[in-house]
Amino acid sequence: MNAQPATAMSLGLAGCEVCGLVSRPLAGQPPHCPRCGERLHFRRPASIERCWALVIAALILYLPANLLPVLTTYTPLGSQTDTIMQGVVELWSPTSWPLAIVVFVASITIPLGKLIALAYLLITVQRGSPKSSRQRVRLYRMVKFIGRWSMLDVFVDTFVVALVQLKPLMWMAPGPGVMFFAGVVVVTMVAVNCFDPRLIWDLPQKECHA
Amino acid sequence: MPEPNARDSSLVACPDCDLLQHLPPIPPAGSAHCARCHARLWRHKVDSLNRTLALAVAAAFLLLIANSVPMLGLAVAGREAFTTVIGGVLAMWRDGRQEVAILVLFTAVIAPAFEIACLLAVVLAVRRPPAPAWAGRLLRAYEILREWSMIEIMLLGVLVALIKIAELATVIPGLAMFVLGALVFLLAAMAAVFDPRDAWARVGWVAGASTRPGEGGR
Ligand SMILES: [Zn+2]
Ligand SMILES: [Zn+2]
Repeated sequence: MNAQPATAMSLGLAGCEVCGLVSRPLAGQPPHCPRCGERLHFRRPASIERCWALVIAALILYLPANLLPVLTTYTPLGSQTDTIMQGVVELWSPTSWPLAIVVFVASITIPLGKLIALAYLLITVQRGSPKSSRQRVRLYRMVKFIGRWSMLDVFVDTFVVALVQLKPLMWMAPGPGVMFFAGVVVVTMVAVNCFDPRLIWDLPQKECHA
Repeated sequence: MPEPNARDSSLVACPDCDLLQHLPPIPPAGSAHCARCHARLWRHKVDSLNRTLALAVAAAFLLLIANSVPMLGLAVAGREAFTTVIGGVLAMWRDGRQEVAILVLFTAVIAPAFEIACLLAVVLAVRRPPAPAWAGRLLRAYEILREWSMIEIMLLGVLVALIKIAELATVIPGLAMFVLGALVFLLAAMAAVFDPRDAWARVGWVAGASTRPGEGGR
């Protein structure tokens, strides 16, 4: 790899994150992209701090999301509550086990994996580690691409509740866990967008924020 | 309205690593990748505007149908109940999970509708460059909202819900499920044929001629 690759920032230029135009931010007033009007930043503002805050918030939400019930089933005989994990176990049968795995991966593995990956990226960037940048940027792209799929369980619960409304025979209602789970999904998606992958390539002494 | 001149518009900064580079001429259907991190910088799409327009019109129709016909039905002890996409949102709202209801409404109905409407308006507006600045604003909204449009995830969720309920009662897949299945493919195709770089090059700049792209690069 080159010792001094020419980044846009090192030449005083900024690539617009919305339209891709490379332009030179003018000193003085807050710079805007001349083509689309988006605020120009050399790097996303307070990227590391915001991303850490959101990762920690998501981690806190992750606990009630998995411990509280997401579905309650009412029958004349009584009621039964299910957490996400219990839902996966119930879905496990000789015919539907592949779907059980999909739900498990989307609801439990992906959110947790995403938080671990973001924490790893944040720590290596803060240390100014120059190692395996290419793998790390690939990890970032994967996290951004796969992260949305953790919405799966929110949709499952929504449509199960909408359909099973056979009062007084049997009906279902969402539990408080759904709200926390939806929170995890939204907060982690915003966290990924706050992280600036260009920081992976910046050497510590060259760091500067616009 | 200034046109970005050819010399400057080949200059790109990689969105993933900020490496400054010039886009080489790319044959139709070819693509350029960042020399350092391999992020795809541009894919030259053929006949982007017409194809996007056709797919967006079809997608708009399917989205309309998918939201107006039943999606999933349930038959138990001689009773039948059907629900639609909106029905799911209403059930969540009624049961006191308003935040979740809004999120489902946004990701399953509003964001996809907006995604399609934005692209329709943009491909129509940029046919005669330079397009008005509102086309740029819509294109920007499209780029930001796209990841929140989750039709494909919702469809998988409906399938899982169907299997879950099938243990309790007879489930009847509705027309909307099949329409949504087709819509997933249409939306993927629409995103694949649309060339944002081409569209941006046809949009009028918000800042007049006063600001020019940087003269950097080597
Ligand atoms: Zn811009
Ligand atoms: Zn790159």
